[in-house]
Amino acid sequence: MSTVEHIVYMANQIAANLATDKDPVRAIVNHIELFWDPRMKALIKAHGDVGLSPNAAAAIEQIAKQHGPG
Amino acid sequence: MTYQSQDDFGTPASRSDEMLSCVIDGRAVTVPAGTSIMRAAAEQGTSIPKLCATDSVKSFGSCRLCLVEIEGRKGTPASCTTPVEPGMVVHTQTPHLAKLRKGVMELYISDHPLDCLTCAANGDCELQDQAGAVGLRDVRYDVQSHHLGQAKDHSNPYFDFDPSKCITCSRCVRACDEVQGTLALTVEGRGWDSKISAGLASDNFLGSECVSCGACVQACPTATLVEKKIVEVGTPERSVITTCAYCGVGCTFRAEMRGEQMVRMVPHKDGKANRGHSCVKGRFAWGYAQHQERILKPMIRKSVSDPWVTVEWDEAFAYTVSELKRISEAYGKHALGGITSSRCTNEETFLVQKLVRAGFGNNNVDTCARVCHSPTGYGLKTTFGTSAGTQDFDSVEDCDVILIIGANPTDAHPVFASRMKRRLRGQDGRPGAKLIVIDPRRTDIVRSPHIEAQHHLALRPGTNVAVLTAMAHVIVTEALADEAFIKLRCDWDEYSHWAEFVSNARNSPEHLQPVTLVDAEELRAAARLYATGDNGAIYYGLGVTEHSQGSSTVMAIANLAMATGNIGRRGVGVNPLRGQNNVQGACDMGSFPHELSGYRHISDGDARRLFEADWGVPLDPEPGLRIPNMLDAAVDGVFKALYVQGEDILQSDPNTKHVSAGLAAMECVIVHDLFLNETANYAHIFLPGSTFLEKNGTFTNAERRIQPVRKVMTPLNGLEDWEVTQGLAQAMGLDWHYSHPSEIMDEIARLTPSFAGVSFNRLNETGSLQWPVTPDAPDGSPIMHVDGFVRGKGRFVVTDYVPTDEKTGPRFPLLLTTGRILSHYNVGAQTRRTENVAWHPEDLLEIHPVDAEDRGVKTGDWVKLASRAGETTLRATVTDRVAPGVVYTTFHHAVTQANVVTTDYSDWATNCPEYKVTAVQISASNGPTDWQEDYEALSERSRRIVAKVPAE
Repeated sequence: MSTVEHIVYMANQIAANLATDKDPVRAIVNHIELFWDPRMKALIKAHGDVGLSPNAAAAIEQIAKQHGPG
Repeated sequence: MTYQSQDDFGTPASRSDEMLSCVIDGRAVTVPAGTSIMRAAAEQGTSIPKLCATDSVKSFGSCRLCLVEIEGRKGTPASCTTPVEPGMVVHTQTPHLAKLRKGVMELYISDHPLDCLTCAANGDCELQDQAGAVGLRDVRYDVQSHHLGQAKDHSNPYFDFDPSKCITCSRCVRACDEVQGTLALTVEGRGWDSKISAGLASDNFLGSECVSCGACVQACPTATLVEKKIVEVGTPERSVITTCAYCGVGCTFRAEMRGEQMVRMVPHKDGKANRGHSCVKGRFAWGYAQHQERILKPMIRKSVSDPWVTVEWDEAFAYTVSELKRISEAYGKHALGGITSSRCTNEETFLVQKLVRAGFGNNNVDTCARVCHSPTGYGLKTTFGTSAGTQDFDSVEDCDVILIIGANPTDAHPVFASRMKRRLRGQDGRPGAKLIVIDPRRTDIVRSPHIEAQHHLALRPGTNVAVLTAMAHVIVTEALADEAFIKLRCDWDEYSHWAEFVSNARNSPEHLQPVTLVDAEELRAAARLYATGDNGAIYYGLGVTEHSQGSSTVMAIANLAMATGNIGRRGVGVNPLRGQNNVQGACDMGSFPHELSGYRHISDGDARRLFEADWGVPLDPEPGLRIPNMLDAAVDGVFKALYVQGEDILQSDPNTKHVSAGLAAMECVIVHDLFLNETANYAHIFLPGSTFLEKNGTFTNAERRIQPVRKVMTPLNGLEDWEVTQGLAQAMGLDWHYSHPSEIMDEIARLTPSFAGVSFNRLNETGSLQWPVTPDAPDGSPIMHVDGFVRGKGRFVVTDYVPTDEKTGPRFPLLLTTGRILSHYNVGAQTRRTENVAWHPEDLLEIHPVDAEDRGVKTGDWVKLASRAGETTLRATVTDRVAPGVVYTTFHHAVTQANVVTTDYSDWATNCPEYKVTAVQISASNGPTDWQEDYEALSERSRRIVAKVPAE
């Protein structure tokens, strides 16, 4: 698994485990902001939504909006 | 000061609050009700002769030496079995008693060899002392030959058993029964023919069920059971109180020394974690500290294909820093990182993370807790507000129901397991606690002498969350939840949301049975027992955390404890059993890339500014890389230098091939360790480490107990580990000038609110302190969340079961789970270099008889263990301890490399690896795989060392 594949997998895994949260997308955004290093965030923002579950994709989009694509 | 063994009060302390007074030899003494006359006398400094009594076991009254006279009573009762009564007047020394005692001693000595001058216990023998105390001058009887001239049993690698010297006081038998709880020893025969026997008469100590904890050796009043080291070098001349460096129990020991030579480690009775008990590792397995394979000089090399060149410390520091600077300039500062060790002290760990944050200029620091208890950090912080267990170990004495999930305490936390087993057996008429075990294997604690779990839920590996959610379903739908507690202490809206979720029929035990393989009725009964059995405590280990849903499982455990009101008092709680000696401390010290010491997020401006002001450097507000992410980044070519203190990531981390690819892609791997470990095969710089015997500092155990580690000998490598990290920092130009670890602790206390009241002076005064130690709790906090949760209201988190993506299928139909064995410790770097290999010379694969028969595998056969990640070979042992479809092995031996087969899957929240679930296939094998052979060759090549050729 390449690093990008790995972090896409991680994002989906986080989304699956936070699916029952009251606000899943916000919870995913918070989690990634708190625990991922800047390069991982940059890689997934650059990657786009291919392979991401809907909640994960929405969360990444929100992160990109907050901080810019890079 | 000369050597003195620890005071022995003869019988255990009474726990009564009621105080009584009596007069012993004309002096008044006040003691708790239930105290024996013997103990009351000892507490006022009167020594009553005794042989069969010792304060680690209940009184027995067999030796008839401790007789006393009591005014108004006939006869001469034994002081060990007679409790103090109010107003009692006792005489311990009278002519009549002297005559009786002399007669008793005469009988003992008539059947005891008179070789005191050449005996190993000379000077430290209670029989000798008592013969002196009663004034025995001759023996009128013919020397009997009932016990003399018997063969010694040398089978145990650490102690000898000489039956000729035995006085059959049965202290050893009772210590094995009461303290250790193994019940391996017995008295065989009757009267004069009585003999101590380990197991059957045909067994020797090594072949018996004896676990070599040392409790019998400790209890023996003669040289019958004696450490081989005492036989070899003689008695110690001084002792130093220190803390064991093996598991997270954190036993307190007396390191007994002759000069700088260690003679023995003896468990300290005042140790609050171990209360005078020990296990085979802490008590005996410290020989690695002087092992010939220890590296004592720094070494460097340009390429991992070159041999190592030994250098002096100054050159090593200068070279290391030049490499780090080169890489930082070439690839940017984020190409550097470090790993702190849960083996090292709090002070050393704190310095490594400080070096990374303040010196490397990033937050790429992680710790080996990543691969064990990082989900505990996440889960308990989220639900309770802080990343720690809620209880002290003493709390187990008040449990009514003990729920063990994903932990094997008799192997991995043996001293605490003994305390737990004591509570499970019940004592003095108090019935034992009830036991629920949730584990795919039938671990020893499920059924052991006088203990049988009420419920053993042998679940399918990977379904912890489903089982715990099903238990929650039963508790909520059967109205067993403690709603008064929840309303008072927790967020009610979140509870309601959670209760609605768990009540859903899809979370019922019946619906989930096909997934978990746990009988629904059994699960319901277990849930009812936990919810209604008064004080319920949950103890868990890596079988909870090392899963793709490790963090969810920790939160599911916290949910159950809150839902049943089992938080905030003695006898209850959520108790992570930490793997390594200082996992708790490493986490507390800010070793994770996203947080500073005391669990404050790096993005928290107030916390960060505190550190910036103290350290005089700006800190990066973004989280750094975790270990698996460092390896990914290394493979991508952007992470180039790693300082690893005291961890062997190549052997201990999952998917060995991925780890080796990451390490091979780095330009500067710095290994700081005792031995050339497996990671060092890929290292460019080796900095020799010091053992826990060679340094000062503190460890924090699983109950948040900060305990002193004291230097008893000079470091063979010349420097304590904190001095090595300081040497690197100074070479980098950082203004570090610590002269003693106490100054590092002062800095930790200054910067970490939960450590505010901790200092070496306070630790020396109190022996230990359990954080938080704050102005509100200056003596520490044995139990947490007493009046409210650290986060305010306890938070229920919905934990939906998400199956792991590691699936069985036709190619890999079995599930592998991994764990530890009693005699070894983690990657075995220490224990493999001790005599502990006598018990476990190799890793074995446990396989159920049905699965074994399907594959034609018998016990002792070599088998190939293959997964999607890799394959290895080892020998099989056929056992029904594992369920059909499940296989199990340990990871203690580098030659097996069990982590060649484990996968990249990890916990969703923390990336803690999923060691506990790997789909595998087993087949017959002729011997090592190609990987094992290639790796062996690589190790041999990589470990060549040459002395530096002097410049001409």
